[in-house]
Amino acid sequence: MSSQNYDSACLPDLLPLYYRRLFPFSQYFRWLNYGGVQKNYFQNREFSFTLKDDIYVRYQSFSTQTELEKEMQKMNPYKIDIGAIYSHRPSQHNTVKSGTFQALEKELVFDIDMTDYDDVRSCCSAADICCKCWTLMTIAIRILDRALRDDFGFQQLLWVYSGRRGVHCWVCDEGARKLSSAARSAVAEYLSLVKGGDDTLKKVVLTDPIHPFIRESLLLVERYFSRYALLEQDILGRKESVEKVLSLVPEDILYLKELQQVFQNEKKPETRWKLVKDHAIRKQVCISGTSKKGQHFEKEIMLQYCYPRLDVNVSKGVNHLLKSPFSTLSLSLLSFEPWTGRISVPMDLKELETFDPFAVPTISQICEELDRPRSGEEDGKSEDAKEKENEKEAAERRRIRDYKRTSLAKYVKYFDRFLDGMACSWKGELLKKSDLQKDF
Amino acid sequence: MNSGTMDFSSGRKKSLTNTQTELYRHHLQFYDQPPLENISLGEFEAFAVDRLKLLKTVENVGVSYLKGSDQYSNKLVSELKSLNFPYRPDADDRKPQTGPSEHDKRRKDHISHFILRLAYCQTEDLRRWFIQQEVDLFRHRFDELSPQQKLELLNRNNLQYATTSVKEKILLKDELLNSSYNVSGITVEEQDFYKVPFQDALDLVRARKVYLKAGYVYIPQKDIVTIVLNDFRTRLSKSLALTARSLPAVHSDERLQPLLNHLSHAYVGQDYSIQKNVGKISLDQIDSLSGKSFPLCMRQLHQSLRENHHLRHGGRMQYGLFLKGIGLSLEQALQFWRSEFIRGKVDADKFDKAYAYSVRHMFGKEGKRTDYTPYSCMKVILSNPPSQGDHHGCPFRHSDPELLKQKLQFYKVPASGISQILELVKGMHFQLACQKYFELTHNIDDANFSLNHPNQYFIESQKVLGGGKEIKREVDTAQRLQENSATKGSAATREPAADASKAEDEMTEDLDSYFQDA
Repeated sequence: MSSQNYDSACLPDLLPLYYRRLFPFSQYFRWLNYGGVQKNYFQNREFSFTLKDDIYVRYQSFSTQTELEKEMQKMNPYKIDIGAIYSHRPSQHNTVKSGTFQALEKELVFDIDMTDYDDVRSCCSAADICCKCWTLMTIAIRILDRALRDDFGFQQLLWVYSGRRGVHCWVCDEGARKLSSAARSAVAEYLSLVKGGDDTLKKVVLTDPIHPFIRESLLLVERYFSRYALLEQDILGRKESVEKVLSLVPEDILYLKELQQVFQNEKKPETRWKLVKDHAIRKQVCISGTSKKGQHFEKEIMLQYCYPRLDVNVSKGVNHLLKSPFSTLSLSLLSFEPWTGRISVPMDLKELETFDPFAVPTISQICEELDRPRSGEEDGKSEDAKEKENEKEAAERRRIRDYKRTSLAKYVKYFDRFLDGMACSWKGELLKKSDLQKDF
Repeated sequence: MNSGTMDFSSGRKKSLTNTQTELYRHHLQFYDQPPLENISLGEFEAFAVDRLKLLKTVENVGVSYLKGSDQYSNKLVSELKSLNFPYRPDADDRKPQTGPSEHDKRRKDHISHFILRLAYCQTEDLRRWFIQQEVDLFRHRFDELSPQQKLELLNRNNLQYATTSVKEKILLKDELLNSSYNVSGITVEEQDFYKVPFQDALDLVRARKVYLKAGYVYIPQKDIVTIVLNDFRTRLSKSLALTARSLPAVHSDERLQPLLNHLSHAYVGQDYSIQKNVGKISLDQIDSLSGKSFPLCMRQLHQSLRENHHLRHGGRMQYGLFLKGIGLSLEQALQFWRSEFIRGKVDADKFDKAYAYSVRHMFGKEGKRTDYTPYSCMKVILSNPPSQGDHHGCPFRHSDPELLKQKLQFYKVPASGISQILELVKGMHFQLACQKYFELTHNIDDANFSLNHPNQYFIESQKVLGGGKEIKREVDTAQRLQENSATKGSAATREPAADASKAEDEMTEDLDSYFQDA
């Protein structure tokens, strides 16, 4: 079950099954309701759906979990995006006086997309990914997760594999949800080190003093650099790559000539890199008050090849829509790019090093797993008996049993743990609120 | 002065007085609480006008000197003093002093600020200008506080940022040093570091200029003013937005509406004090220019001067500075006034003795020169109303409507236009009336500018009458000069402000912040 070209004709059959029996609605609602601490939080949340035939609808909103389920089962969206919590119910936004319908809160989000690294990866390009370049995502997650927790003090971070070629981070802390657009862009810029587009050769420039954030990030990059860049990407191997790397070294003609000569004899990437670094050290010692630029070029090279590249615009807007966890599709069917049908799943960082994007279940896979004969489960009779009870409860239980039988299980389980972690703070908030009310 | 009721029961009044007494115990405040007392209209108007003068000075001084420099501070202090605003942080009423008490000054500061909020909340431009000047004024007054007073101010206003313990500082020493290029080892040792939530220091976070840990940035005491100013700016901006919503209620009060309108037409543009087109105009052009390109007030003054061979002080100032603004050199001005005056009752000697001095004064050649920039419309309308025998002021404001009508007819303004103008005058829209006069005399439908200043009228008129490109370049250059430095002014005139020989770099850099968005 890997990234083969998918038969799009299957989707119309699979989606209803997915939404009826597999999509974790109760966890989903538990998340977006945030403990019911704030009134109408779920009701005022915008969802957008991409439907069959590439129809895109915005400003969807729902009053209850049941309504959400019913609608989604009716519409069978190919893709779901989550937007902001607005001042009014998004589905009624046309009835609101113009100017008063406003996006109020939303999780702080980050989107890391592999296509933004095309200039520094040689194994793949555009929408492709492989296990070699996936390390970039690992590095990105490590760096951003640390910074968001240690520097910014956020605690409730949900990392999600986007289903195709990147990862998303949802920062769910209350303080994060209430951040203004200016604050979001400030956070994103604090986290940005790689700047410049196609016509910028040198995308990372460091000056003294080196900020603790950069130092910490470098430590993390260094953990992966040797294996990822020198070995797997072989950046100091082939001639073109070597030239690219050397183009980031400050112009020192003698040194470059020297290096090229030495490289003729020395083929091992690690040794080559060591030579590059040694020169950096020598240069630092030499610098005495003259040009301060260029003294950190070996750090700059590492960062340019490995440091996370975020799209500030995704993080900046309070009303920006981002693909939802547990959504299936990444793009419209009218384009002819191959798509994987992989579910957008939460990632457990404890297993980050062994995460394999190609092992993430696809919708067809889990639907197939549903049909497999059940092993060691209750037989039909007791099921019937249970069905005589509350229909909804039975359906719910059935669904819970259902996803547990598929590869989706461990992701939902992890999501549950994440929600448990958040629930403690919700309880605290609810208590606070009721206390205040009593006081009055 | 509550925008709602003006009546208080005596009991409530007592507790309000207590709150305000508490507020006035301190030199500097954040203007969080609006004043809640009765105030006479006279005081209302006087306070507002004084604060406007103060803010205008803040603006000018900020352009002429480096903010925070001694000259800057001294100028502000003297203006605060002369307008009876609090100027010494350590002053209090325990020591007897002449003139208004410290309590009275602080009360004036408090009330005048809130009155101007009413006038300046209405448009984006007005808000921006008001916030900028209030922030600069606040910065100056904050800087004058002692460290102890600064701490107290922060605490009183819920900017209760925790400080780092000595232990924590030692632990974080390297991080603190490496986070910012203006933090030295000495800073770390000697100063307290405040832990400010990162949302209150976004600019520092964005540029990664500060140490950030667990959501707090660590700011040395010496830099805390930036945070405080940001906070002040944000609060004021929010308040102005709220104030704008309650405006309709305020405007319905007929006593307040006229004054607020005048205040809000206040001049926030360039002050034409720097001449670029010196000598471009010859004296024999003035007569024809007065008919074609002068606003009505100056045309009137010119006419009176020609008829009576004399103008009183108010008229000399208003007209003389205007002429300087359109480009008359000192020599030309002296010649102009002299030749006219000696046709009257003044002989050459007397002119040289009595009047020449004041002409030179206008050009900055005598004594110090504070306010001698060409008068803006607001100034002409609001200050120094003309009395019998005077010809200065704003004809739309100060002339009897019948007389005004006659004047306009004499100047051949079409009848329909005259009634339009009179309508505007009736609604107290004096500058709009003058703009209408501009449109009618230039035969155009839309003036395409918002009239604020007589010299602006002149420049716009010259634009319309041809020579558009040349004038535009001059306008642009004049504006750039205004922004760049007084030291770059033309050779003929020098502002004494320019004596402050600050590096141009410093000026331009500082002026960037001057033009920053609120």
